[in-house]
Amino acid sequence: MSGFAVILRRELALSWAGGGGPLLALGFFVAITSLMPLALGADAARLAEAAPGLAWLVLALASLISLERLFERDYEDGALDLIALGPAPLELAAFAKALAQWVTTQAPLALAAPVILAALGAPWRLAPVTIAAGLVGGLGFAFLGGVGAALALGSRRGGVLIALIVLPLFTPPVIFGAGAIEAFAAGLDWRTPLLLLSAYGLAAAALCPFAMAAAARNALS
Amino acid sequence: MIKGIAIRSLALARGDRVLIEGLDLDVASGEAVVLSGPNGAGKTSLLRAVAGLIRPLSGRIAIEGDLGEIPLEDAIAREAHLIGHQDALKTARRAWDEVLFQVRWTGGTADSAKAACARMGLNALLDLPVRKLSAGQRRRLALIRLSASPRGLWLLDEPLAPLDRVQRARFGELMIEHLARGGLILAAAHDPLPVKSRTIEIAA
Amino acid sequence: MMIPALANPERFMAFSRWAAPLFGAIAVVLLAAGLVLDFRAPPDYQQGYAVHIMFIHVPAAWMSLFIYACLGGASLLSLVFRHALAQAAARAAAPLGAAVTLLALITGSLWGKPTWGAWWVWGDPRLTSVLVLFLFYLAYLALDASIEDDARAAPATSILALVGLINLPIVHFSVTWWRSLHQGSSVFRAGGPAMPATYLAPLLVMGLAYMAGFGALWLVRIRGEVWRRRALARAVRRAG
Repeated sequence: MSGFAVILRRELALSWAGGGGPLLALGFFVAITSLMPLALGADAARLAEAAPGLAWLVLALASLISLERLFERDYEDGALDLIALGPAPLELAAFAKALAQWVTTQAPLALAAPVILAALGAPWRLAPVTIAAGLVGGLGFAFLGGVGAALALGSRRGGVLIALIVLPLFTPPVIFGAGAIEAFAAGLDWRTPLLLLSAYGLAAAALCPFAMAAAARNALS
Repeated sequence: MIKGIAIRSLALARGDRVLIEGLDLDVASGEAVVLSGPNGAGKTSLLRAVAGLIRPLSGRIAIEGDLGEIPLEDAIAREAHLIGHQDALKTARRAWDEVLFQVRWTGGTADSAKAACARMGLNALLDLPVRKLSAGQRRRLALIRLSASPRGLWLLDEPLAPLDRVQRARFGELMIEHLARGGLILAAAHDPLPVKSRTIEIAA
Repeated sequence: MMIPALANPERFMAFSRWAAPLFGAIAVVLLAAGLVLDFRAPPDYQQGYAVHIMFIHVPAAWMSLFIYACLGGASLLSLVFRHALAQAAARAAAPLGAAVTLLALITGSLWGKPTWGAWWVWGDPRLTSVLVLFLFYLAYLALDASIEDDARAAPATSILALVGLINLPIVHFSVTWWRSLHQGSSVFRAGGPAMPATYLAPLLVMGLAYMAGFGALWLVRIRGEVWRRRALARAVRRAG
């Protein structure tokens, strides 16, 4: 089994965690969106109009949920040393970690998003573009989030620090993703923002592993 | 194939504190060297520096191969085991799954892992979650990869601390075989190793 | 491994000993000149006297970007050459950058009220970009504060600074694109009013004043960082 396949399998198993991984993010997603009508007022039209943007924002926030554990667990019990000294470079291991995060957190969120939108009164026809945006934007969230997780290694502020690092970086995917869904809803050009979102996500997936590995090596030194 | 380690004038620091200065050390094929000294003296840092995780302040660490010097990162990635204080085992996972990952990651196979577990008498534990195992049992699991994934250089940090006499003896056999095959051992230990070794004092 | 105790920053210390006060003096002179030119500039037919805030706001916005670029440059040098002086420079620049960005935001808001009728307009791409830049600075400062070991803090904060630097144009692009989508209000023109010559002169002078001021403060702060690390190293040596 190639080194990458070995680490990917392990990361998938760890972040899936018997179903607990996606469940956590989904639970957060549902909980926040349940509070939305209570906070915004039950005016159906207003909710439906704000739904795409709000749902997209909550999807971004839900990505933060399992980030803290992405590197921290391995760092604490010495597994990160082992991973750093293995057959595959640390960049590839970091890629595997973020990819596993995407599969077990972002993808379920993307699939659940249309349901949430419908619950808030948005039309079902938004589903395909929402799922597409959630999948490809999720790459950006997962990989950028991984950079934040790796940078915050060893500091005790953990989750909050990661959020502070990562949220401003989320600005482009938040804008493009919400823009794509809203443009689709309004009958405007949705392809451009979706393409921009995809470009951003793919670029993040290609470049962030280098930052993650550098940050992890620094934490180990 | 690692033939030797040559450390020259090594200086290591942690934070702003210089731990080791001007260290010269050679480890040859078939040799076991034990680092002894008080806690915090730099034994762990020295092991991690040889593993390439810590950059030395000054000096060099050269890894000799069959045809001359091998770059440190390549040598360690392919030919070294680093086993630290901790076991690197995820407590929520099944013991076998964790061992399999560690063995596969260091170049072994499922079969070699099974054989090693059988040899070290761990078969009964494999189905249990790691969290249910004692410190000694976890340590023995962590050491499985030494037997299941053959690599020339063993960098060990207090490897036998939680083990009892019988298990130490078993582990000693492993070490003797490893050295006989031309392997090298560099270990930090408070207690003597169950194998003939040279001791280097790392002063505080 | 970080070269500890800033191995031989003697040349820098010698340079900054005279350079910092010089830059400070230049800054004061330019600031005075800029304010004089500012008050001599006639009020804009649209904005009235509020245009004077522009002379504080616009250079501050320039500087917020310029300082981030300096931060990125110093971080790159720190990462590549592992030289503690580069790291000291990065760390010293960050609070200055955050402060001037906050100044830009506040003055931008003060300028916006009489000009656009609102304290803040989310539609302006530059304001939003500057806000995100402020968050980048905050993230850098938070990360720097949370890692106690100086040697470990250096690569981590440097990586963050570079990631931020790469993302900054993308953020600006995305906010500009978003604004084009929400054509909404035409109350304000993107880029603000056109710049007649009487405004250009004081703006440039103020810009240079800010630069000189930053130069002075930056050098002073780097010196402070050098001293801090020297004192720390001495204390550790005495204890060890």
